[in-house]
Amino acid sequence: MAVPKRKMSRANTRSRRSMWKASAPTLSPCPNRACGELKPPHQACPTCGQYDGRQVLSV
Amino acid sequence: MPTPTKGPRLGGSPAHERLMLANLATSLFEHGRITTTETKAKRLRPLAEKLVTFAKRGDLHARRQVMTTIRDKDVVHTLFAEIGPRYENRPGGYTRITKVGPRKGDNAPMAVIELVEALTVGQQAVGEAERARGTQFASGAGASAASGEVTADAVETAEDTVAEDTVAEDVAADDVAEEAAAEDVEAPAADADADAEGTDAR
Repeated sequence: MAVPKRKMSRANTRSRRSMWKASAPTLSPCPNRACGELKPPHQACPTCGQYDGRQVLSV
Repeated sequence: MPTPTKGPRLGGSPAHERLMLANLATSLFEHGRITTTETKAKRLRPLAEKLVTFAKRGDLHARRQVMTTIRDKDVVHTLFAEIGPRYENRPGGYTRITKVGPRKGDNAPMAVIELVEALTVGQQAVGEAERARGTQFASGAGASAASGEVTADAVETAEDTVAEDTVAEDVAADDVAEEAAAEDVEAPAADADADAEGTDAR
């Protein structure tokens, strides 16, 4: 069975892991005037529970 | 005809998928609105709408065909007695899917699928007028597009351009405002204004 010949250095490990990056989610302000919080687009607002002027979630 | 589903079956086997969809449809007609995963909601929509079409026909043959999917006689009775007649004037588009964030636990994207309301007299008139004029809104989901059901239609008819949607919303802005005023007991005027301006701004 093939096995690594050398221990992987911390520098190599860290430089590989430096490519793991989180991306910021796309958000848009809630069109509900009373709310206006940032929310994911095309989704019911998690804060006020409205979508397209319609109450979808009970908050 | 709805587009045939691609990819793996829900639950692993065709039989499991049929059972899951039948149970989802039964729950939808029993409660009017259910929260489920986005994928299941999207698969349920064509089945549920086909069943509503059977219910609109209303004869014994249609009832027996529905019974092959929904095994609960009480639910089939509600479907034929209440839900079918409610959509007498609506040319399709009986369900609405609204996405509601991911679920805790497995982060699955969730959605609410619900039966839409009956057409109001105003919406019906607009639909008929559009059909008479022979505009782009007239064919297919014409009446529903004119009645502010842009959420459902936007998902369904991806080929609709943004321009068309904005026009439809402008036409429907008044209707939406009225509905909101009727529904929201707390702050009817403020909400209606917000809705109208929100739709205009988009």
